[in-house]
Amino acid sequence: MAVKRKRKSPAVENEIINLTNVSKAYSTGAPALKDVNLHISRGEFVFIVGDSGSGKSTLIKLLLRELTISSGYINVMGYDLSKIKHRKIPKFRRNLGIVFQDFRLLKDRNVYENVAFAQRIIQKSNKEIKKNVPSILAIVGLAGKYKAKPRQLSGGEQQRVALARALVNQPTILLADEPTGNLDPKNSWEIMKLLEQINENGTTVIVVTHNREIVNAMQKRVVTLRRGVIISDEEKGGYIDED
Amino acid sequence: MRISTLFYTLKQGFRNIFRNKLFSLASIATIAACLFLFGIFYAIVANFQHIVKNAEEGVSVWVFFDEGIEDIRIQQIGDMIAKRPEVAKMEFISAEQAWEGFRDEYLGEYGDGFTENPLENSANYQVYLNDVSMQSALVTYLESIDGVRMVNRSELVATTLTGVNALIAYVSAGIIAILLAVSIFLISNTVAIGISVRREEINIMKYIGATDFFVRSPFVVEGILIGLIGAAFPLGFIYAIYNVILSYVTERFPQLSELLSFVSVEVIFNVLVPVSLGLGVGIGFLGSIVTVRRHLRV
Repeated sequence: MAVKRKRKSPAVENEIINLTNVSKAYSTGAPALKDVNLHISRGEFVFIVGDSGSGKSTLIKLLLRELTISSGYINVMGYDLSKIKHRKIPKFRRNLGIVFQDFRLLKDRNVYENVAFAQRIIQKSNKEIKKNVPSILAIVGLAGKYKAKPRQLSGGEQQRVALARALVNQPTILLADEPTGNLDPKNSWEIMKLLEQINENGTTVIVVTHNREIVNAMQKRVVTLRRGVIISDEEKGGYIDED
Repeated sequence: MRISTLFYTLKQGFRNIFRNKLFSLASIATIAACLFLFGIFYAIVANFQHIVKNAEEGVSVWVFFDEGIEDIRIQQIGDMIAKRPEVAKMEFISAEQAWEGFRDEYLGEYGDGFTENPLENSANYQVYLNDVSMQSALVTYLESIDGVRMVNRSELVATTLTGVNALIAYVSAGIIAILLAVSIFLISNTVAIGISVRREEINIMKYIGATDFFVRSPFVVEGILIGLIGAAFPLGFIYAIYNVILSYVTERFPQLSELLSFVSVEVIFNVLVPVSLGLGVGIGFLGSIVTVRRHLRV
């Protein structure tokens, strides 16, 4: 299958993610990704789209170094992820923010504690936490709900908390895995606007999604995966349906 | 490590115990039961060893001399015996003292009929040992000394006491080893359950960039705290009941208290407190560290 390319190669010095001829096969032998070439520059906003089983989740797991590649070369923010030592993985991940479809908030802790949790993990001082958490909650529009427990919030609000938690450590790259999957259209748009705003402030944003309407409307770079292969990579692309 | 991280880790360790109340309680109860048994067992062993030690101190060896031996040689033999490390104390019994003792104990007024000392050649050294198991070696040595005619000893008492001592040591080591293994297994299970309950939180920590140490340490703190609490309860309980039991035994069986002397609770606790707390912390640390290493590859 010929790859539809409408992008110029990014300048190497500005490249933040580099996947060259990356393949990933699971222990069953089934290939999840085949010969993937993907280059993302600092400050880009990229949609990764594709149907179930297309390899989107595998790609995210490779970028997080939750999985290792079977062959090829993968470099994220200067870390060669096929060679990175186990003890260096936490340091690498501190430059990534991650948002999930199911929010993954700590249900026994309130909004403030959920966000502060991310700062504690990277061993920020209490003074820094008290300064950073309220300011990030203000950015996502939840300053007034810092005492609420996740069950007292709507889906959209919970996703904002997850976003605040991902952003509070000022990541270089934000990975959002189906961030609007559990939200209604109104909340979905609000989350996407927040992501766009975050991107405008310099963070590289990678969004994995099924949401055709959002992808088509936002006119961002779209990488389409099908059965583990990149079939399209367009600068201002749209959602490509499976024939 | 930052002070705030240290406090956070300790706080999370405490919270883990409360989050997982039932399992924590079960672990604390089992460790408390194990360490209670250990404490009771230790108190019994300490008392028994104290009694055995007292009995050992009463076991002596008698050294008799050749007929017509000079006093200076007796003195030299005494010096040689006193230098032996297994000798706790020794006493010289002259022929006259030996006869007086025998007469008073066995003959009473019938002894007055003797005009000469029938035990003229019975001057001896009465030698007490530190450790009855060394009796044979000492006797062999004593028999080899020039001027020594005969060495008397109580073989049966020495062998019995040595055997009882060894038996107590083996049985106590065996029981303690079993109790420790059970406790470690239980803590390990509690921590493993805690890990599975908090799997989601651990995954989030992992994605955010928590180090292995940061993720694991609250579980180790949890294990140590469970061990510590589990050790504190039986110590308090044993302290409360020890004197009660001793007074009961001495009042109910007065003949026993005349024969045997018991160790005070303070002496028992000088050893039991640090050992029990150390065991509690050790069990908690070992049980949790083994489990986090097995289940928490971050």
